[in-house]
Amino acid sequence: MNSDQNLIAIKNISVDFSFQENFLSKKQKIRAVKNVSLNIKKGSFVGLVGESGSGKTTLGRAILAANKISSGKVIFHDDDKDYDLTNISKQELKEYRKKAQLIFQDPYSALSPRMTVRDIIAEPLEVMKITNTREETDKRVREIASKCRLNLEHLRRFPHAFSGGQRQRISIARALVSNPKFIVADESVAALDVSIQADILNLLKSLRKELNLTYLFISHDLSVVAHVCDVVAVMYLGHIVEMAPSRELFKNPRHSYTKALLSSIPSIDPEKQSNAIELKGEIPSAMNPPSGCVFRTRCPNPTHDCKEGNIEMGLIEVSAGHWVDQCCVNCV
Amino acid sequence: MEAKIQNIHKDIKAKEAYFSATQFQLIYARFRSNRSAMIAGLFLLIMVFLGVFADFISPYDPTIAGRDKDYEHGAPQIPLFWDDNGFSLRPFLYTLERYRGKDTNFRWVYKLNKEKEKRRYVYLFPKGWKHKALAFNVNLPGKKFDFKIPGFTFERHLFGIDSGGIHLFGTDKAGKDIFSRTLHAIYISLAVGTIGVFIAFVLALIIGGISGYFGGWIDGVMQMITDTVRVIPPIPLFMVLASFAPSEWSSETRFFFIASILGLIGWPTLARRVRTHLLSERSQEYVLAAKLCGASPSHIISRHLLPSFTSYIIVDLVISFPYMVLSETALSFIGLGLREPVNSLGVLLQNATRADVLLNYQWYFIPVIFFIVLVLSFVFVGDGLRDSADPYKVLKK
Amino acid sequence: MTDLLNIHNLKVEFDTDEGRILAVDNVILKLQEGQILGLVGESGSGKSVTAKSIMQLNADNAVYGDNSKIVLEGQDVLKFKENQDLKVIRGGKVSMIFQEPMASFAPAITIGEQMIELLLLHKKISKEKAKSISIDMLDRVGIADADKRFKQYAFELSGGMRQRAMIAMALSTMPKLLLADEPTTALDVTIQAQVIDLIKDIVAEYKMGVIFITHDLSVIAQTVDYVAVMYLGTIVESGPVREIISNPKHPYTQGLIEALPDLNNLDKPLKPIPGDIPSPLERPTECVFHTRCKLFESGVCDNAVPPLSEYEKEHTVACFKVNNNE
Repeated sequence: MNSDQNLIAIKNISVDFSFQENFLSKKQKIRAVKNVSLNIKKGSFVGLVGESGSGKTTLGRAILAANKISSGKVIFHDDDKDYDLTNISKQELKEYRKKAQLIFQDPYSALSPRMTVRDIIAEPLEVMKITNTREETDKRVREIASKCRLNLEHLRRFPHAFSGGQRQRISIARALVSNPKFIVADESVAALDVSIQADILNLLKSLRKELNLTYLFISHDLSVVAHVCDVVAVMYLGHIVEMAPSRELFKNPRHSYTKALLSSIPSIDPEKQSNAIELKGEIPSAMNPPSGCVFRTRCPNPTHDCKEGNIEMGLIEVSAGHWVDQCCVNCV
Repeated sequence: MEAKIQNIHKDIKAKEAYFSATQFQLIYARFRSNRSAMIAGLFLLIMVFLGVFADFISPYDPTIAGRDKDYEHGAPQIPLFWDDNGFSLRPFLYTLERYRGKDTNFRWVYKLNKEKEKRRYVYLFPKGWKHKALAFNVNLPGKKFDFKIPGFTFERHLFGIDSGGIHLFGTDKAGKDIFSRTLHAIYISLAVGTIGVFIAFVLALIIGGISGYFGGWIDGVMQMITDTVRVIPPIPLFMVLASFAPSEWSSETRFFFIASILGLIGWPTLARRVRTHLLSERSQEYVLAAKLCGASPSHIISRHLLPSFTSYIIVDLVISFPYMVLSETALSFIGLGLREPVNSLGVLLQNATRADVLLNYQWYFIPVIFFIVLVLSFVFVGDGLRDSADPYKVLKK
Repeated sequence: MTDLLNIHNLKVEFDTDEGRILAVDNVILKLQEGQILGLVGESGSGKSVTAKSIMQLNADNAVYGDNSKIVLEGQDVLKFKENQDLKVIRGGKVSMIFQEPMASFAPAITIGEQMIELLLLHKKISKEKAKSISIDMLDRVGIADADKRFKQYAFELSGGMRQRAMIAMALSTMPKLLLADEPTTALDVTIQAQVIDLIKDIVAEYKMGVIFITHDLSVIAQTVDYVAVMYLGTIVESGPVREIISNPKHPYTQGLIEALPDLNNLDKPLKPIPGDIPSPLERPTECVFHTRCKLFESGVCDNAVPPLSEYEKEHTVACFKVNNNE
């Protein structure tokens, strides 16, 4: 297995949403993800960080073919076959669904309250016809449930019997039951208490080793991302503005937005007073983004060219594996 | 210590039961703790029982065929166990004698003869008028739709009297026993309500279901149709539709026709509820999770959407029932609904508007009490169901 | 100096279909004016219920303990009934801001109208004066173009601005006590830092007392003076924030701190607290934490409820093992 092989190659994709107030008014287009390129290596744990409106959830779902990709290419390099998500047949999509799954954020709404835990975990197997008999299904369900450290006696209970952390483990079991290669974890620990969060993150890490998984971990919480991810990409208003191995990113942030984000994280040490870099104004509307560098309206120290919107966005590699949007490369 | 362990075991069992309870078990448990709903449910069951077994319980044929010529406009006769002449295990009634004489100005009056020998005893399971069970005779316009199921013929009834008549609720102008007519009215109203609700429900499921599941412009168009039908004023619409029914139709045909009209008027409200439920359930995350596995629409509908709104729909159905019953009563009361010999509350009340009835023969209104109980029972049970309908509502932190 | 707020033995139970659930037990808190007290705990810890008890904002099926007393400026507000007395407290002496600012504002009325309504309810001033106070307050919380925003509806403002507007509304009546229930949880981290700074400035300027509720220990560390750590409805440890964070004594507090990701030490593994939090129906009647505690000793910890006793000056801990070892 070539560990340098990209599992997923994302090239210049954009995802648009059309927005129509009522069926008599004009259709408007919102570009939620703009010209994003990203390579996800096999076995890696890639973090996607951003605040609200950054487009990270949209990007994650687009890679799973849950949102329509308006332009660009996404290629999933499986062991024996390549899947082009922008040009995929129905049959291929069915196969792809077995290999790429999603773990939701909210453990309370992600599980159908009227199905037993066993049925919830078994549903992908039955829908995708992975197993043929009830015995096979049950065996597979028990196997994956014990990997996620779920008590097997609890399989016949309903979701209302479980706490947030346990429900999230059920969600994870459901995502893993079809033996996927790629998992998108969309804010999967955001709704959990801190002590449970650590538990789930450790579970995800151990499962990655055990089952050879590749993760795309979407979160707004930088400290969580720092601990579990190998590579982190920072998004703002639909663009990736900086991307680097996580240690490098946290030690040497180059983009102004990344610097502001990192400075805003409150420190657990009460002695260390926060010196958060203040960002003026509000995040612009996605319907009417600023021209040129989208961050220029809030950047704490823009140059004249930045402010005019003369510089087009695009990532430049400033050091090994460390990519920064060219607007900030030119500033110091 | 023993007791503590026992308590812990009981607790564990109870908790496990709670954790593995299906949705319906949870709903039932909540319903049971609602006292007014349980009492109303009991009354409802009694009413339904009375209605279904109306033929057996009523001592007389409710139509003209069973009238008691000797006891017209008769007051209710309550059986006694005890009087001046002594105690009797079997309840009895006094004999009524008609008497005309100089002191009454030669008008016929009834006098009670309280002599012991003239007592009439009530007894159980006598042979009485013939009635049919499970017989079905549909006589719709056009020979094609007629069909007949002969069913079984019974002669036994719950109670009767050795001679003369026993009229627990009195009789009306023609001598028809009001008790029997009340029971039959309950049966007819329940039957009309059931058919009406059924028709409304089927229509609501189809239209509301398509609207809610597909959304978009289909939803917009369907909603416009629904709103149009809903906005038509019901009473004039009833009157127009009902007056179109030709009078040659048999009473049974008329029965189906009225029930169908009720269904056709009642579907918009139900349809809107179905649509609302579907729209909110569709956007649940677990539906998206199923879609991400490639689940087909039929799988999503049957596995996720339908179970989620079944409890709500049952509530909606139970709550629609009283409206159907009351609408039919109103129609029949003004003469546009059911007619003799099929009698419902509205038919029973048709004759109750005259002054001499109001002044002298108040027992004509006894059926009203039954209907109030019936409708209220539906309402309370519906409310109780609605409160316990969604056991998962308060679960989010 | 008399305490601004003094909570004695607060006990809150809820009457539900599943039985009587004990949400808060034996909570003792003190607050002076100009101080920020943090209530930190995970879900089910009872921190929100505690704060809402001050204004009796809990649901109708809440049952308060017989010995519970909440003394606000000398008056026991738990004894107040739903009449004039309680109305004076709510919004007047005590204000509350919530996690979801959209839920605080009525969607169909402008922000300005709501602020005026609140002011007129509590102060006998003219409408004009109320309007100018409100606009001043909006400006003070850092909303640019305050008079324009005054006429806008809640949905026209972004999340951060809405939260600030809610703070402005809460502060406009000059309350003595501000209850902040997870005010920054729903905000982006860049806005969170600004809101925290705002609250600290306001406290310094107006000398009000603040109870700051959150599950985020880092936010607590940066914001509050004193902290009380709650678990399943009781306080397990409390004291000055510097002391608690640098020298936590209760195993739960220690566990919470160890479970936090630390940006300065990315190689440190994340240590979760073992076990699961018991459901409120299964709340242990002895030490609430003993089912998950690494210091658990049979016969001691599952026998009685450990009292909140003083470990050092102002630093109290509710743990048999900690207090007995000293």
